Amino acid sequence: MSSISMTVNGKTVSGEVEGRTLLSQFLREDLLLTGTHIGCDTSQCGACSVHVDGKLVKGCTMLAVEADGAAVTTIEGMANEDGSLSIIQAAFQEHHGLQCGFCTPGMVMATDSLLKSNSDPSEAEIRKHLSGNICRCTGYHNIIKSIQAAASQLG
Amino acid sequence: MPKDNGIGASPKRREDVRFLTGRGQYTDDIKLKNQCQAMFVRSQVANGVIKSIDTSVAAGMPGVLAIFTGEDFTEVGGNPAGWLINSRDGEPMKEPKRPVLAHGKVRHVGDAYAAVIAETHEQALDAAEAIDADIDELPAVIDMADALANTDNLVHDEIETNQCFDWGWIEDNRAATDEAIKNAPHVTTLELVNNRLVPNAMETRASTGDYNPGTGDYTLYTTSQNPHLTRLLISAFVMGIPENKLTIIAPDVGGGFGSKIYHYGEEALVLAASKKLGRPVAWTATRSEAFLTDAHGRDHKTTIELATDKEGNFLAIRTSTLANVGAYLSNFSTVTPTFLHGTVISGNYTVPHIYVNLKAVFTNTAPVDAYRGAGRPEATYSVERVIDKCARELGMSPLEIRRKNFIKKEQFPFATAAGLEYDSGDYHALVDKLEEIADFKGFAARKAESASRGLLRGLGVNTYVEACGLAPSNLAGVLGARVGLFEAATVRVNATGNISVMTGSHSHGQGHETVFPQLVADMLGMSADDIDIVHGDTSKIPFGMGTYGSRSMSVGGSAIVKATEKIIDKASKIAAHMMEAGEGDIEFNDGVFSVTGTDKSVSFPEVAFKAYVPHDYPHDKLEPGLEETAFYDPANFTYPSGAYACEVEVDPETGKVTVCSMAAADDVGNVINPMIVEGQIQGGLGQGIGQALVENCVYNDDGQLLTGSYMDYTMPRADDLPFFTTDQTTLTPCTHNPLGAKGCGEAGAIGSPPTVINAVVDALSDLGVTHIDMPASPARVWAAIQAAS
Repeated sequence: MSSISMTVNGKTVSGEVEGRTLLSQFLREDLLLTGTHIGCDTSQCGACSVHVDGKLVKGCTMLAVEADGAAVTTIEGMANEDGSLSIIQAAFQEHHGLQCGFCTPGMVMATDSLLKSNSDPSEAEIRKHLSGNICRCTGYHNIIKSIQAAASQLG
Repeated sequence: MPKDNGIGASPKRREDVRFLTGRGQYTDDIKLKNQCQAMFVRSQVANGVIKSIDTSVAAGMPGVLAIFTGEDFTEVGGNPAGWLINSRDGEPMKEPKRPVLAHGKVRHVGDAYAAVIAETHEQALDAAEAIDADIDELPAVIDMADALANTDNLVHDEIETNQCFDWGWIEDNRAATDEAIKNAPHVTTLELVNNRLVPNAMETRASTGDYNPGTGDYTLYTTSQNPHLTRLLISAFVMGIPENKLTIIAPDVGGGFGSKIYHYGEEALVLAASKKLGRPVAWTATRSEAFLTDAHGRDHKTTIELATDKEGNFLAIRTSTLANVGAYLSNFSTVTPTFLHGTVISGNYTVPHIYVNLKAVFTNTAPVDAYRGAGRPEATYSVERVIDKCARELGMSPLEIRRKNFIKKEQFPFATAAGLEYDSGDYHALVDKLEEIADFKGFAARKAESASRGLLRGLGVNTYVEACGLAPSNLAGVLGARVGLFEAATVRVNATGNISVMTGSHSHGQGHETVFPQLVADMLGMSADDIDIVHGDTSKIPFGMGTYGSRSMSVGGSAIVKATEKIIDKASKIAAHMMEAGEGDIEFNDGVFSVTGTDKSVSFPEVAFKAYVPHDYPHDKLEPGLEETAFYDPANFTYPSGAYACEVEVDPETGKVTVCSMAAADDVGNVINPMIVEGQIQGGLGQGIGQALVENCVYNDDGQLLTGSYMDYTMPRADDLPFFTTDQTTLTPCTHNPLGAKGCGEAGAIGSPPTVINAVVDALSDLGVTHIDMPASPARVWAAIQAAS
């Protein structure tokens, strides 16, 4: 077991983990931040996407010990400070960009990452950026619309 | 009346806030105090005899609390098929027992034969790997034709063959159909495969059993589309736990698509383990387990013949199908390839003679059951592909041959030769609308432009009609159902005037929490914001058959309407008392009760308050309280229909197919929330395009699943799909439910696969290609091009 500590959504946290514990498991099981979802076991679906030191990371591709000392942001840290929905979150609600909600945290994290690096992405750029996030409900139509709306508001 | 959030409005979904902020509560998010973890040990061979299972090493490992094998469940019942299908000769189908854990034999890769319960997930995983089973591998039964031909090698030794049933629909029509085809001027024949799919809801299955030794009560948190059905199966068939001692809670559920209708052995195991240990026992499937053990979909091999006269008038359809049911009969596995498939072979057309033969085959593969569309995509694909081929043979356009044979608007209600009575529809109007939204006139120019880039462009069209809104009980009973098919709802008006609605429908993405309040708000003239939906907990709702078969609005919504009508009826009596008027003189409009011809009125909240503060009640005439329950059982299926068009570009150098556009004109009956309906259609289109172009579940001859992860099984991703053009303005209301709603959940997945393949074949038709099986992968398309040229 290893002792680790990191900043998650602005708060310092620590824990004892096995070497094999994934960051996504640590967030869910130890910190009970269950908004980060696990949808596969091959790092394909993107439901566990979080930000580590500002970079978009699938939480299942990183061991918890590798995140020792890092600053992590999860879906629970994405709303505005007053608790209201962020522009991206509100755009997903406004444009029906989610149905069952399971892939949604990963979609929001991926969108935030995209729009920070490209404030005016084309449809093709959005689709390519999301190719690591699987949604089974929406056919992606309204997810793309949501992201386009968020981009124009943040623009 | 608050039209902004009543029927026909598109209020923002109230469930979204918790999902967007990470505050959803899916089964694996619920961490009960003192819970321990289950891990299953699964067969690595497709067919084998279990000689022994040595659990001694595992039992002594750190944290291990209990180990179960099939031996522990020999006294409990099997997980049954919900529908009894009889073969053509009258013999009932073969029903081998489906145990909680495999006993004696393993029958597919992933078949669980043991389970370990340990303090932590990691300890359970380590111990599971230490269980040593001696399993004698037998040859696998995989190919359906081989399975029927070879009776030496059986999936179930107690059955003499690998055939579950040999079904004819309608057997009395067989001779006339054969005769019509024999004498027809033109017969088009097509052999096709409806590819096996893995449902892949993004949340994998998960179950937590919680037995309370102090009360003897069991609670099961589980990923279910129909918690009451799961309770019924566990209570009445599998474990014998009395229904009143078992609560099923299906909290937020991350998609279902059919795969979470069914009861699975893991649910029984965690309940049994919790009873034994007196602690909650949790299990969550890995995605690998989901691929191996979730009920798969489709997997038909069909020969279809369409007989016409020289002018393209349809004379008869005959089909012969092998349907894979896998190693065990899942709960809906026998109705899906039969009544949900054979009855809609008439499609949108007048076809005088129809005969369907379907043999269901056991194989050493995961069970196959209803997956979004469930039988109707298979029927639609067969019919619409053969019509397209026939049109080419006769030199007719795909739209011309369809229009010529459509059931006309004035012919409804229309009894088909496949045994259903369609209540309403306007297929000509749908195709007219499709021509408008898909810009057929511009296709030639787009095709030329594609050609200038060396690409082959194709336009495919398709129409569908489906039988859904699964119910009614009497029809289901005639067709072999062992349960009723209705829905229940309770409307509870609280003393302060707000409302809780308990519904037996279950939302796992459909937005019930937003759309059902719209119904009640509209009827009671109040704000939907004051109405909440309770679902997914058998201890809180009266009963329910759940959500599948596009039934939530047409059956579940209708039950809510019926309960709300009872509320209005009772509230009118209270209002009459309050205003000292006769009941017959009370009018109710926009949330206000008034006495006809007077200026006397009381509001709905005033009536609600009086119901709970009945100081001056005539107790011989009125009961306190304002809460009503209704069970709704409709008169017929519902019959949504649609007309779809797709344009594709094929790169002849690589065989890659790109979907350029997909247009869908659907008649789903009256629309309660346009935003949600459109979202359902779009999602179905995505899944249907996935089936047509990229998804394929493949077992090798040894029964190993070659497509067991997202690295091998292709899921449609954002860059595989275009924006969709959808339209639901051509509507013919359902004639037999109070909402006029038909259902929209499966439409896109039913209508789109043949549309895409028709487009691919159209693109390649100049090369002489007449058919290509799904998925039309680059390799298959390239090979078809090479073979044709």
